Amino acid sequence: MFENLQEKLEVALKRFRGQATITENNIQEALDEIRKALIEADVNLNVARKFVEDVKEKAIGTEVRGKLLPEQLIVKIVRDELVELLGSKQSDILMSPQPPTVILVAGLQGSGKTTFCAKLAKNLRKKGRQPLLVACDVYRPAAIEQLKLLGSSANIPVFSQDSQDPIKIANEALAYAKRFARDVLIIDTAGRLTIDEQMMTEIRNLSNSLHPTETLFVCDAMIGQDAVTTAKAFNDVLNLTGIVLTKLDGDTRGGAALSVKSVVGKPIKFISTGEKIEALEPFHPERVASRILGMGDILTLVEKAEQEFDEKEAQKLEQKIRKNQFTFEDFLDQLRTIKKMGSIRDLLGLIPGMDKALRGVNIDDKSFSKVEAIILSMTKQERENPKILNGSRRRRIALGSGTTVQDVNRLIKQFEDMTKMMKNISRGGRSNFLSQFGLPKNFGI
Amino acid sequence: MGLFDKFKEKIASAVQSTTEALGFNKVQKGLEKTRSNFFQKFQSILGIGRKIDQSLLNDIEDILISSDIGIKSTEKIIKALKERIKKEGFEDSSDVILILKEEIQKILVESPSANVDREYKIDENNKPHTILVIGVNGVGKTTTIGKLAYNYKQVGRKVLIGAADTFRAAANEQLEIWAERAGVPIVQQKQGADPASVAYDTLNSAISKGFDVVIIDTAGRLHNKTNLMAELEKISRVMKKLKADAPNDVFLVLDATTGQNAIQQAKEFSKVAQITGIILTKLDGTAKGGVVIPIADELGIPVRYIGVGEKIDDLQVFDPVLFVEALFDNNETN
Repeated sequence: MFENLQEKLEVALKRFRGQATITENNIQEALDEIRKALIEADVNLNVARKFVEDVKEKAIGTEVRGKLLPEQLIVKIVRDELVELLGSKQSDILMSPQPPTVILVAGLQGSGKTTFCAKLAKNLRKKGRQPLLVACDVYRPAAIEQLKLLGSSANIPVFSQDSQDPIKIANEALAYAKRFARDVLIIDTAGRLTIDEQMMTEIRNLSNSLHPTETLFVCDAMIGQDAVTTAKAFNDVLNLTGIVLTKLDGDTRGGAALSVKSVVGKPIKFISTGEKIEALEPFHPERVASRILGMGDILTLVEKAEQEFDEKEAQKLEQKIRKNQFTFEDFLDQLRTIKKMGSIRDLLGLIPGMDKALRGVNIDDKSFSKVEAIILSMTKQERENPKILNGSRRRRIALGSGTTVQDVNRLIKQFEDMTKMMKNISRGGRSNFLSQFGLPKNFGI
Repeated sequence: MGLFDKFKEKIASAVQSTTEALGFNKVQKGLEKTRSNFFQKFQSILGIGRKIDQSLLNDIEDILISSDIGIKSTEKIIKALKERIKKEGFEDSSDVILILKEEIQKILVESPSANVDREYKIDENNKPHTILVIGVNGVGKTTTIGKLAYNYKQVGRKVLIGAADTFRAAANEQLEIWAERAGVPIVQQKQGADPASVAYDTLNSAISKGFDVVIIDTAGRLHNKTNLMAELEKISRVMKKLKADAPNDVFLVLDATTGQNAIQQAKEFSKVAQITGIILTKLDGTAKGGVVIPIADELGIPVRYIGVGEKIDDLQVFDPVLFVEALFDNNETN
């Protein structure tokens, strides 16, 4: 699998080194790697092809300049293009000027429609709406029961009837909503296969009868090459207004998002992750783009680091490291710089491969507070000259910071290892991202 | 030519044996569509008399990738194909397709238990036969269990279902309805109960009442959720307390529409349970479920059953020959 597109691109772009502009010849190999990476991420074959062609057009003639290496530059172009295609604008649920607003929810079996309906209802209620869930899946055993249970756990009314006719149920729900001043109807429908003509006709009739303001297609993020066929079929029958991606909390690369978006051309409105009823997020194209590329959000990291990291200060720091004058005081500064950049877990997640390596590992931002507390409990002299930290000083620091002597010992040991390692790095060799921040790889974990 | 006839024969016999085994006098819809389209399809995509050249190989590669086979296995298959074309000196494109299918079938290998599966036989000296059904959310575990239970019941087995999906809203009710359709009893506890305890209860009751088959439903879980995966491990462990070799079968249910992530699913679930086979569902749609090929290739897990509809008799024993036929069908959508 293409765990690290960046690495592959480095190899593919070797010949490219030393050239000032991107040309058709020097990126062909890289483009092949990108196409493969997209397919491995379940982007539809034809969509991937067209995408790579577009990237090629954009990339050719681009000058290689600034701090980015050629492979980084190409990834940046690819990523920007992906983000744009996935939709750079946030798109909210549209409301009918004349309530009640009808939201029709459709999709394949098992894509997560019922759960999404309940989440959407809860979400809309938080925004001050009065939603009504409507159970129109009259086929799947216990589907209505499921919606009722989800509705009652979120304290949202569910309209259901002992009928086999979804159109009748929906229309009566509409009348009910008008009578009891519910301003949004969320219609849960049965899962259906696109080749099932009878079922597709049924949902078309349902749509024609209701004139929904929103028709959302719920799509399992794990869907493969078939995404295009399915999305197109639903769009042809229903004229969708938006897409909902579910199950993105797994480790799927989610290339389907791109396939579906490019076929349907409608905005991705929500990401539904997790089984808790609150787990509904607005769509962030950057996040999904990086996932599809399987490389973490490396450019965001670069940008963040550039913003927060003053170049001059970095030089000063390097001097200090060379001269072996790196102190706890400097360490504290760096820690605070990193903290400004966001949560440690998120930050590490931005580094390719890290997300995977960290799976199941619990990184607690609190452990950084602990480190901070320990350093703050040191005297100025101790911070400048860690060598004087003997047993009784360590005990005092532990007491002062509310930690244990073991914690203090561990930090001092880590600090010593770190300064050693940094010295090595600053002597030469390609530095990695973590060391740019002055942190050893295993720090804090 | 001879090779072709042999192939047709093989398909025909495979269909027959599948349907006869359960006494179903119909050829299931999902695969019927496939067969009727098959021969005419090849003529259109690959053209009779078309020469073997790079463009043909590219077309084949596209078909494979569009079926979710993935880059790695596709490249492997194409490489094997090229070598054989060279060595055995084929010239016509229709020959190439046959070789291609042979190569894919080699990867897929029919499960050694296919005949047993087809007749729903169990080891008479080791009852009850215990089956654990696992998978991510929404793949069709509960529906599949209904069908499995029905098929065992049809051959005269006493089946008991355990409702160990104590998490999802209305999972109990859904399984109850399927159990009723299949005409088999079910063991349940309250929503939120410990799934391992439900599994234990079910097996305990099956042993004391002399049931032949026990099928345990579990909650859908994404394979990167560590706690939920540990819970699966616990279910197996607890079952072993009553029957040392339980569960005898662990079926991973995969949705045929799933792409490359299915490989990850198979890998991760393998870590917590000894998967004895895959049940591939929703094959009656347009998705082809090609991802079982890299799974067979990389992990050696056989596909045992396929789901081709929502009715209770819509579960068939997997047949690699038929499956490969279906794979090459209906590519005009791409």
